[in-house]
Amino acid sequence: MLNVHRDICGYCGCCVSVCPEGALELIDAYLSVEKNCTNCGICAKICPLGALEVIDEKQV
Amino acid sequence: MKSKYDVLVIGGGPAGALAGKTAAEKGLSALIVEKRPAIGAPVRCAEGLGKEALHEFIDPDPRWISAEMTGATMVAPDGFCMKLGSQLAGSKVGYVLDRKIFDRELVWKAAEAGADIAVKSRASSPLMENGAVKGARIEYGGKTADVRAEVVIAADGVESKFSRWCGVDTTVPVREIMSSVQYVMADIDIDEHSTVFYLGNEVAPEGYLWVFPKGKRIANVGIGISGKKSGRGHRAKDYLDRFVKKNFPDGKTIEFIPGGVSVCRPLNCTVADGLMIAGDAARVVDPLTGGGIYNAMYTGRLAAEVAAVCIGKGDVSKKALMTYDRNWRESKMGKAIERNYHIKEYLIKQPDSKLNEIIHSVSNIHMKEFTTMNLIKEIIRVNPKLVLELGALAASLR
Repeated sequence: MLNVHRDICGYCGCCVSVCPEGALELIDAYLSVEKNCTNCGICAKICPLGALEVIDEKQV
Repeated sequence: MKSKYDVLVIGGGPAGALAGKTAAEKGLSALIVEKRPAIGAPVRCAEGLGKEALHEFIDPDPRWISAEMTGATMVAPDGFCMKLGSQLAGSKVGYVLDRKIFDRELVWKAAEAGADIAVKSRASSPLMENGAVKGARIEYGGKTADVRAEVVIAADGVESKFSRWCGVDTTVPVREIMSSVQYVMADIDIDEHSTVFYLGNEVAPEGYLWVFPKGKRIANVGIGISGKKSGRGHRAKDYLDRFVKKNFPDGKTIEFIPGGVSVCRPLNCTVADGLMIAGDAARVVDPLTGGGIYNAMYTGRLAAEVAAVCIGKGDVSKKALMTYDRNWRESKMGKAIERNYHIKEYLIKQPDSKLNEIIHSVSNIHMKEFTTMNLIKEIIRVNPKLVLELGALAASLR
């Protein structure tokens, strides 16, 4: 699953623009992740701050 | 907020403000919805704008001009500096704005023209009928309202979702998103009248690092790198921190701004039935410079102008609204985007040695008109070899 580190995220929306599924949305000052996220990791790669991380659900 | 408008504008940035203002001036009822509680903040912009570009839309006002620029410096990967200025030494070539005040001014002008404004109000879904956009559901302060409109102008920025909900794919390719971070830094040694651009794969892979003065000893210090080059341990912030540590170790960061800038081609089509897309949401940022303010204002204004004509004729179909798409593509702005896209594609493939060679070829450029185009022309003039490398593109640059 995609984990948003809210203390790192600067709610800039950079990730929203690259999400091929349209699964991310910047709602005012927080980022929402929809169910159709495929854990592809594109957003985690391009985040300027490193606020996004795809984590193994078994470890949660 | 009423339940029906001629034009509903999603987003209160420069594109949305110009769309709302223009629509109101054309005698249409218009509403601008902005999801944030404040217009203009957070800034997410290096705030630079050319003199002519600004003057086309609004007279400069000291309230929202942070600094006036008389030149620019390009720093090669090896540290060599190319100085750019006007033929008239010391004359003004551009501005660094205070976007918090500038954006607010633009929206205020829309309000003055008669547009309604709603802040902390978010379009959460389009109202669709028979495949056509008929308005949007707006969420505000825990309430929901359906706002119908003849035309919806989506000016919802880089993080645009509205047009995607209407069936337009707005995904930016990974290699064409500039992953960006900027610090507003105080108490640093800078030339307060010159913007500085640092190039090179060590400094900012497939992007650049900028120092845009906001006044004496204060500047926007930021960086954009290709999403392709970003990853754990080598993100935009890592590159910027390294630069700041070396160049401005005693500077004080008074604002911290991450962001994304698209440098892809514009959307294949910027209209649908009842929908027009403007500004960053349409991906009309200049792919070479990353500049988006002028293009946003240009497309926002044009969208509303075309909307007014189409609403007047009672036809807001995709076919009718296509006038907007065609007009901006054929405009000077549209042509510059296409040309600069090719130049960007050429430049990002060059090794640092080539960038050094290009920048070394001319140490001083004094332009009659201070534009990216004139800079490129001058560089090509002194580097005839580039004509061959640029191929077909070169012909359009003469």
